[in-house]
Amino acid sequence: MKPIEDLTFPEDLLYAQDHEWIRMENGSAVIGISDYAQDQLGDIVYVELPSVGQTFAKGEAFGTVESVKAVSELYMPIGGEVSAVNESLGDSPEKVNQDPYQDGWMIQITPQDPSEKDALMAKDAYLEMLKGLS
Amino acid sequence: MTESIGTTGLVLNEPLLWEKGRMGRTGYSLPKTDVPSAAIDDALVGEGPDFPDLSEVDVVRHYTRLSQWNFSVDAGMYPLGSCTMKYNPKTNERQAGLPGFAGAHPLFPETLCQGILELMYDLERHLAEITGMDAVSLQPAAGAQGEFSGMLLIHAYHKRNGNPRSKILVPDTAHGTNPASATLCGYKSVAVKSGAKGILTPERVGELMDEETAGIMLTNPNTLGLFENHVKAIAAIVHDKGGLVYCDGANMNALMGIVDMAAIGIDVLHLNLHKTFSTPHGGGGPGSGPICVRRHLEPFLPVPRIVKTGETFGLSEDFPESVGKLHAFFGNVGVMIKAYSYILSMGPDHLKKASQLAVLNANYVKERLKGVFHLPFDAPCMHECVFTDKHQAARKVTTLDMVKRLMDYGFHPPTVYFPLVVSGAIMIEPTETESKENLDRFVEAMTAIASEAGENPEGLKSAPTRCKVKRLDEVTAARRPCLVEPPALKGEAPR
Repeated sequence: MKPIEDLTFPEDLLYAQDHEWIRMENGSAVIGISDYAQDQLGDIVYVELPSVGQTFAKGEAFGTVESVKAVSELYMPIGGEVSAVNESLGDSPEKVNQDPYQDGWMIQITPQDPSEKDALMAKDAYLEMLKGLS
Repeated sequence: MTESIGTTGLVLNEPLLWEKGRMGRTGYSLPKTDVPSAAIDDALVGEGPDFPDLSEVDVVRHYTRLSQWNFSVDAGMYPLGSCTMKYNPKTNERQAGLPGFAGAHPLFPETLCQGILELMYDLERHLAEITGMDAVSLQPAAGAQGEFSGMLLIHAYHKRNGNPRSKILVPDTAHGTNPASATLCGYKSVAVKSGAKGILTPERVGELMDEETAGIMLTNPNTLGLFENHVKAIAAIVHDKGGLVYCDGANMNALMGIVDMAAIGIDVLHLNLHKTFSTPHGGGGPGSGPICVRRHLEPFLPVPRIVKTGETFGLSEDFPESVGKLHAFFGNVGVMIKAYSYILSMGPDHLKKASQLAVLNANYVKERLKGVFHLPFDAPCMHECVFTDKHQAARKVTTLDMVKRLMDYGFHPPTVYFPLVVSGAIMIEPTETESKENLDRFVEAMTAIASEAGENPEGLKSAPTRCKVKRLDEVTAARRPCLVEPPALKGEAPR
């Protein structure tokens, strides 16, 4: 696993305690897992995602990610209805390892209450939290 | 250090049986027919399956060679955490092979299988005595089904009382399959975080327990190998809200005859005969996962149940509140015979001593290795201890690299990356089987590997080097599993 300094955390994202990120795009939100999360999990071999139209509350599990080490739940950083899922992860789960913030995105949602994002962390706060973990 | 027992011998390659077969070769001869020939029903006529033609020696060598690629508890130490890979005494096999047992057919009338019924009846009583519970069903096929049965009973109990409830508490140190059993019964798992010392606290349970929660699924000792000290207080909180306490008994090898499960508030507990009671498992045979309950859950136990009327044993389906049948016939009876043989061979004092020695062995390994590997919870452990790769992380050596290397030293690797609450977990369960000499050898090997991690971290990346099969590409195997023989290989000469 990499030292935290070698991981990337884009400025324009918000991060959750469970290591998911969201990117707000014209009223919808794209969700994935952070560089730290993919690095901790190791090689990802399977990603299970919900169907379009399903609704999840903030903190609810929306899918699972399986690496050679373990299966972990994916949690909603904010609540909302799924409007798109990254189908390409079915054949190429390694995208989550290679490019967690772009090609490795997981779902897009229409937020129920966009103000829920106010409880999430900006890059600096997330980095502080990670330093506390190691 | 002592010379490693890991070595390379003449381990022979072996092709698939299909590559080995030659048309017309046979491994059997049939006696001359002494009945008139008759026409075969048309429905039974057609192309046979694609089986290779082989002689007896072809087949014997094939399987003997494959068995030599394997590693087993008969060959060496197998410290796979949470799996209780203890030695399987050979007398168990002998008893299970007695013609009266081995030849019995499950469709025999009860009058012709009194022996087996009596054995099962007695085994239920022994398991009740060992755990302190009241009634037992031997039917579940293995641990996961035992656990599922426990959940079915809890569901049936609440349903009879008017509300099956919708949630169940599952601690983060519980056995990995628990949430699946709960989900199958329609319960939503609510995770309970363990406290700072790696065990559950009554406060956390109190915050989450309510009247929509059916109960809690505990594992004791938990998957960190730690004894849950607060079970009695936690059970009182759960019972106070009308809930029930399920205990996963996968780790009972630490507690045989030591903890009275009923007295600490457990309502239902499953056991793994194939772990705690020394029957072969993994590739060695099926499991058996009996459930033990308190009186109030007895009416819901699966049927048929074994009943004793006077001196006669029989099977009864006359339990109207039962959750029904969970296994064809009566469960994995062969496994029950082996566990019964083990219990009678040991007797109460030695069962208790086996648990004490299992705990002693794990603590010995923990104390000897705690300066070498990071120990996340430095407390007296039960049957297993959990280390991590934190001290080696600076050299970029992972848990996986180190346990792969352990095979070169002649040991089966421990359980790794579980429990999930510990990052890079190395979970070691030596069991009572190993002598101090074997444990010392294991400690020396682990210590040598930690030194290699400091001096030659790159070398560990290619471990194992002495095994027949070297480092596997686990990532590709998981992403693109090859489940059938690639057609290109058919007909090629053995490589």
